[in-house]
Formats: sequence, C-alpha cells, structure tokens
Amino acid sequence: MSKKKKEKPSRILFLAADVVILILITYVCLVPIWHMVMASISDPTALNVHTGMVYYPLKKVDVQAYRIIFRYKQLWSAYLNTIFYIIGSCLLTGVLTTIAGYVFSRKRFYYRNAFMMFISFTMLFNGGMIPNYLVMRGLHLTDNPLVMIIPGSLSVFNIIIMRTSMQNVPQELEEAARMDGASDLKILWDVILPLCKATFAVIMLFTVVAKWNDYFSALLYLPTRQDLYPLQMALRQILITSTSDISSSASSLIDNSSIYKKSIEYASIVVSTLPILCVYPFVQKYFVTGITMGAVKS
Amino acid sequence: MKKRQKPVGSAAGERLGYQVGGGIRMLPHNFCLDVRRNKILYFLLLIVLAYFVIFNYLPMFGIIVAFEKYSPVKGVFGSKWVGMDNFISFFSGPYAGRLIRNTVVLGVFDLLVNFPTPIIFALLLNEIKNKYFKKTVQTVSYMPYFVSTVVAAGMVIGFTKAGGAISEAMKFMTGGVSENLLNQTAWFRPIYILMGTWQGMGYGSIIYLAALSDVDQELYDAAKVDGAGYWKQMWHITLPGISSMIIMMFIMRMGTVFSVGADKILLLYNASTYEVSDVINTYVYRLGMQNADFGMSTAVGLFNSVIGTILLLTSNQVLKKLSGTSMF
Repeated sequence: MSKKKKEKPSRILFLAADVVILILITYVCLVPIWHMVMASISDPTALNVHTGMVYYPLKKVDVQAYRIIFRYKQLWSAYLNTIFYIIGSCLLTGVLTTIAGYVFSRKRFYYRNAFMMFISFTMLFNGGMIPNYLVMRGLHLTDNPLVMIIPGSLSVFNIIIMRTSMQNVPQELEEAARMDGASDLKILWDVILPLCKATFAVIMLFTVVAKWNDYFSALLYLPTRQDLYPLQMALRQILITSTSDISSSASSLIDNSSIYKKSIEYASIVVSTLPILCVYPFVQKYFVTGITMGAVKS
Repeated sequence: MKKRQKPVGSAAGERLGYQVGGGIRMLPHNFCLDVRRNKILYFLLLIVLAYFVIFNYLPMFGIIVAFEKYSPVKGVFGSKWVGMDNFISFFSGPYAGRLIRNTVVLGVFDLLVNFPTPIIFALLLNEIKNKYFKKTVQTVSYMPYFVSTVVAAGMVIGFTKAGGAISEAMKFMTGGVSENLLNQTAWFRPIYILMGTWQGMGYGSIIYLAALSDVDQELYDAAKVDGAGYWKQMWHITLPGISSMIIMMFIMRMGTVFSVGADKILLLYNASTYEVSDVINTYVYRLGMQNADFGMSTAVGLFNSVIGTILLLTSNQVLKKLSGTSMF
C-alpha cells in the first residue's frame, strides 16, 4: 500500500492496523471452512485424537468418508427434495409476487392503499407457532411436500420491492400497449416484467437462500415423513442430534465405521456447503443490489 | 382512506373510455363499476388476498386456542373455554421470569454486538484504497452468510467441544481444562452472539458500504483543501453521510429485539443450559410441538407476538418522527 503523497506517521500506523484487522477478519471467516475441508479428508484415527484447527490433511489423505456419504441415500434424497422445494418456491413466489406487485402498482386500482394496509398488517402481527400449525394441519398440508413450498412464498416485503420497481415503469408504455389491444396479463408479461428483471432476479435469489436454509418448517410440519426432509434436516440429524442411521449404512462398506463418525460429519458439511460457496461469488452483485433495494423501499 | 382522485386522466386513457385515475370523473367512486372495468386486476387481487387470508389471517383466529383448554379430540371450536387461565398459570409458573429475561438479554446483546460490528467493518474497509484487497476481503466476509444455520451450528458445536479449536484456545488462555463449552451456562450467550457475528458481519456491512460509496467524494477533496485530517474527515463527512442509514437500521432492529428466533437456539442449546438459553420461542416450541400443550403454548406465543407488535409500532413511530420514513 504505497502512498504517493507523504502521510503522517499516525495515518500510516492506522492503515497498518486496519490492514491487520481486516486480514484477521478474513482469516476468521475463512479458516473454519478450510478446517472442514481438510478434516474431512484426514485420516480418521488421527482426526479423532487431534485437538484444535486442522490446516492440512492429518497423516494421509483419506476419502473413505466421502465414499460412505455417497452411499448414504437419505442425504441425497434430501438434497433432491431441497432442489425440488427451491424450484417450486421460486415458481410460486415468482408468479404470486409478480401479480401482487402489478396489482398494487396500478394507479387506476382505486383501493390499492387500503388493500396494501390489509396485507401489511401481517408484517406486524402473526398468529404464532401453534395456530399456524393448526391451519396447516386443517389444510392437510402437514406431512405434505407442498408445505415446504406454499407457506411463505408470498411476502409483503417482496411485494413492496416489486411494486416499487413496477411503479417506475413509464405509464406511457402501458398505455401504448393498451391502445394496441393488449390485456392486463399481456401487458404484465410483455411490457412490465421485462423491465423489472433485476428486481425479479433479486427476489428469486433471496427465495433460494431462504429455502436452502430452512429446516424449521420441516421440523414443524413434516413430523413423520423423513423421506420428505430437506437437506438441512438430514444435516441436522447427522451434525446436531446424531439421529441419522449413516453409521449403519457405513458398516456395510467398512468394518470399523464408528471411527469415521467425525470424518462423516465434516464430509457431509463439505458436500452440502461447498457448491453454494462456489456459486455465490458470481451472484454476489445481485445480493448487493437486492439489499440496497430493500433499504430504500417505501 | 385516500383522497378522491383529481379529475385528470391521461389523454390516451380517456380516448379509450378508461380512467387512469380510477372512478368516473366528477362522480363519487363506484366500486361495482370499478370492478367491472378492471375485471382482470380484481381477479389477480383476489388471488393475492386469498393467500394472505388463508396463511396469515386464518392463524390469527387460531389464537382463541390460547383461551381454551385445548383437546385434540374436540378441536379448536369444541374445546373448553378457560379465559385467561393459560396466561395466569404461565406468569405464576416458574419459567415466565427466566424466559422473558433470557429473551431480552439475548436480544439486547445481539443488538449491542451485532449491530455496530458491520458498521465498524464497513468503515475499516472504506479506508482501504487498494481495490483488489478490498474486494477480496469483502467477498470472503460474505461467505459465512452462505453457510446454512444448521451447518454453522454444527461447526460451532464441533469447535466448542472438548478438544475443539475454541475450547483449546480457551484452555490455553485461562489455563483450565478443555471442555464442552456449550454445556456451561457462562458460555452459551457469548457463543450464540458470536455465531451471529461470524455469519452476519460481512453481509450486514453491504448496506453501509453502499451508503459510504454514495457520500460525495468532492466533500473529501474540499476538506483536504481546508486542511482537515483523516479523523476530522471521518467525523464531519463520513459519519454524517451514513448516519441516517445507521439510525434507520438501528430503529428497525430495535423493533425485533424481542423476537429472538427459535431456530438457531434449538440447534445450539441443551437441557444443561436452559437457565440462560431457553427463550420464549424455544419454550413455545417444546410446549406445543413436543408436549402437545397447544393452549398454553399458544398463550405464551401470543404474549410474545403482542410485545413484538408493540415494539415494532413504537420503533416505527420513532422512525417516522426522526426521518420521515416508515416501515408501514
């Protein structure tokens, strides 16, 4: 960090301290993830007695844990379930948020403020865990894969940023299309939506992250259907509650599978986290847009 | 409600006999006519409203369970009405004080630690002029946000077990023994808060970095000409430039200080730390979903919702007063 101008010593000291702090922060953010990867390919007996961070594969590289993981069907079916839930949620969120944004951004919709207040109230107050559960059960959504898709797919927050973005589409475009005889849906699809692509992408992105993270709704609404579990629930069984039967599936592959318990945990973290971490730098700029968009809403 | 629309429509709309402003000019607004003119619009509205009625308003009626001795056989409408009994037994029971205290403590400490850290991080990053270094630090710092809560909790559990990296570091610093920190009441809160810091600091800084980049660069040049040092520049230009953002974010977070979620705590806590880790939402979960005591659980949840709503409304009012913007 060479400076062209002469800086005061206090400034140089500050900048040095700044750089050191930032490098430390980077280290703290990075090293746990690095530790997971290295531990997952370490020799299991060495790993079991090791204390502290793992910076390089202990003793020798051992990928047996990955072999066990790849044979553990529940994890992969949970992976597929999550992908299915994500696609379903994106479709539903996309459709519902678009039409809600359209309705509430139309100036000719006379009652839009009253209805907006009606739906905004849900941001302020909610029924709570058990009343929600009772409604889901009443709708036969519990132990039903749709429960991972339908509830929560339409949020007031998303409607607001979609509405704001659609309000910015010039009125003249809509009027011109209407003169050509286009219907509401055609205007929405052909004129307005293409101009709100960025907002749409941001909403999709936040939906993906939320669904990827979600384990709690499965905990509440899928009490007996483990086959419908999303990835995070399968991971919870492996990492937190130790209720997965991965060791029994591992024992078919090797004799002393119990020594692999730790390695398996790390390997499952790696296979479930690394793909996302590899993709996210490419969509990073959309997050930045999305967050700033959310902050300047209303 | 809204003021009546001024009688100006766009020329194109008028020629088509369709009113851009809504309603017929000079006449009181007619709902039926409006619906007939905008059939598709109202149909789309109906879908949206149906969604909110089913998934948001229907559960609000479920709140009556809080005033019942709920029996699964008799259902919501058949169970015995007990009035405020559930609330009375909760507040006179042994857990109310502990749950409220834990919720407030975790919420407030989370705010005190995890609100300023992204701001400080953004300010530190803002001083760096080397583009590549800045970009790298930024990208890496957002990474923990994309580690899911379950995986992050799994990692925290691993690190704080006997022999884990954090336990070892503590052993080194205090000279004690390496032990499972999450089993100790003294450690639960710091671990919970710091997990939030790890996951949220980089991501939380995005908004402040955006605000910082909006600060007019000419102000800095002018200040330099006037001989202002870096600290003066930070105090008189940088901080005022992002202060409205800071105030807005702070007030918005104040509104959610009482809504400490169950999902993260459920992953981290265990029975040996309930004394400090059990919050209202986790208690609601255990009571309702594990003990199937729906009446009591709903009552406790309702108490939580009501406090949350009051806090949100208050913070919204404060925000309106201070900045003229509001969330609702």
